[in-house]
Amino acid sequence: MSAVASAPHPIEARGLVKRYDQLTAVDHVDLTVEAGTVYGYLGPNGAGKTTSIRMLLGLITPDEGTARLFGRDPLVEGAAALDGVAGFVEAPRFYPYLSARRNLELMAALDGGDAGDRIDDALATVDLTEREDDKVKGYSHGMRQRLGIAAALLRDPRLLLLDEPTTGLDPAGMRDMRQLVRRLAADGITVLLSSHLMTEVEELCDRLAIVRSGRVIYEGGLTDLLRSTGQRYRLRTTDDRRALAVAREQPGVEDPVQRADGLAFAADETVAGELSVALVEAGVAILALVPAAASLEELFFRLTEGDGLPA
Amino acid sequence: MSTTAAPTPTPPAERVAITAAPAPRRHARPPIRAIYRWELRKLWAQKRTYLGLGSAIIIPVIFVVSLMVQHGGPDGVPFGRYVRQTGLAIPPVLLLFSSIWLLPLIVSLVAGDIVANEDGNGTLKTILTRSVDRQQIWLAKMLAAFTYALLALVLFAGVGLLLGGLRYGLHPLTSLSGTRIGVGRALLLMVASLGAYAMPLFALASIALLLSTVTRNSAAAVVGALMASLIMQLLGVISGLDFLKPYLLSTQFDAWQGLLRTPADWAPIVRSAWVSACYALPALAIGLTTFLRRDVTGG
Ligand SMILES: Nc1ncnc2c1ncn2[C@@H]1O[C@H](COP(=O)(O)OP(=O)(O)OP(=O)(O)O)[C@@H](O)[C@H]1O
Ligand SMILES: [Mg+2]
Repeated sequence: MSAVASAPHPIEARGLVKRYDQLTAVDHVDLTVEAGTVYGYLGPNGAGKTTSIRMLLGLITPDEGTARLFGRDPLVEGAAALDGVAGFVEAPRFYPYLSARRNLELMAALDGGDAGDRIDDALATVDLTEREDDKVKGYSHGMRQRLGIAAALLRDPRLLLLDEPTTGLDPAGMRDMRQLVRRLAADGITVLLSSHLMTEVEELCDRLAIVRSGRVIYEGGLTDLLRSTGQRYRLRTTDDRRALAVAREQPGVEDPVQRADGLAFAADETVAGELSVALVEAGVAILALVPAAASLEELFFRLTEGDGLPA
Repeated sequence: MSTTAAPTPTPPAERVAITAAPAPRRHARPPIRAIYRWELRKLWAQKRTYLGLGSAIIIPVIFVVSLMVQHGGPDGVPFGRYVRQTGLAIPPVLLLFSSIWLLPLIVSLVAGDIVANEDGNGTLKTILTRSVDRQQIWLAKMLAAFTYALLALVLFAGVGLLLGGLRYGLHPLTSLSGTRIGVGRALLLMVASLGAYAMPLFALASIALLLSTVTRNSAAAVVGALMASLIMQLLGVISGLDFLKPYLLSTQFDAWQGLLRTPADWAPIVRSAWVSACYALPALAIGLTTFLRRDVTGG
């Protein structure tokens, strides 16, 4: 058992903090990504996703805490900590005055080993073989994004850190990028994928962390997240405004909100029954009361805009 | 997914994934030589490189042509009297003129850009997430900047010598002490002079590198290094500040003249060596440590 248990995790971050003047961009983030997972790092703009990934890659120094990739700290071991690790933060950048192939040749030279032998494959994987001799200056955003993946693949990574890889891509580009991520994951590559799209994380990831204002506000599996939030109901009445007031007064009703098509709230079955009685007593007739599967998207908004996880 | 079975009895399901992906093996860092070669290739692909090298070629051409079309001068400079007698006198005169701003400008143009350029393009994060350490990247950049400086210097003097030789022939040179120096020996001394001239030039390149690293802005670093060079020249001509003169970088650009005396005067060369080092080493040390510690944001 010992060898198995002691194998270091691809990512293990403890208490990461990064401050910019008054602003705490990353606030005591703990992150453990186990081998073989596709891990979603989800948060709205400015949540600190990029800053966290920069710290993991050793591009910036944390004010507190440590980051380890396969047990190696980039601040201590430098580039050696990135052996078997690849990825990018924000939009991948290349030398605009060099062709895509030249850029990859340069990357391969900086990788050493047999990275140079993988250039053809990498270009083919991201479908850039036809344009390999064009200067990157003339590349579209989507092509640069793909070249970023190609550059990462040269390293034959065991761990990929991708910062919003689908941002700015057209629908087909997004689909291709997601397919690629799935394929790489199927090859056994561990992936950390940051995103502000819940649907993307839902589609690709086994586990996720949701960050807001630098703090991790949820960490776990997707199904656990759904379960943790309680049953949600949708309610239509003859007087929604009144119904909302009643729902707010009713003990056990969580997070009642007015929607275009009626009200929504979270509650267990007994509480929902009690609420229906209370509504009738208040003179509000119920047109529909249906249990709704909480969409993750909705959850995400509630988590990142509200006060955190409901009890 | 798990092709690598654990040696011990069937592990629990959640452990399988862990055994499937052992920590990647470590591999050797690529040598600085490889990074340096790519730094040169990057320079080779950029316009400013040609702007600098082009000036290093065109200025001597203009100088020789101007000698051909006009009669007097250049007056009041060492070797100025002999420029129409032997091509060997042309590089020394060119060197005297060029130390004011031409070579400092050419050198700053590249050395001031070589780090800041990566900030501008956002490529620092790209190269710093490969298998090379930060100091390797920075040292390779330093070597590339020095190589470029040396190349510009050699081209500059070489083109002058070539054109001067073609036009006026290679005849013995009259030294600063009035003695005659044979052609072979004069050529050797020329090479040595370029070596002496390269010392303060490298020091200036080091200052430009420092500014390039610290300011992260190419234009600021190029202008800053050139300013530093001009300010030192200014300090050198203020009469009340004579005591400063031996320690100014600008003064060291004239040290090579000691070699063209008989017997050779090594004192200015030796001083140039340590004064240049006094400028270069701290600049390089601060530049490197800044680069090692800095946060790579943006891009
Ligand atoms: N170099 C910097 N200087 C000052 N503040 C910074 C810097 N980098 C990031 N920040 C701040 O830190 C916070 C987190 O930024 P970060 O880029 O990590 O967010 P993000 O989650 O990646 O956002 P996005 O989804 O927009 O990419 C932001 O408020 C940002 O303004
Ligand atoms: Mg970001």
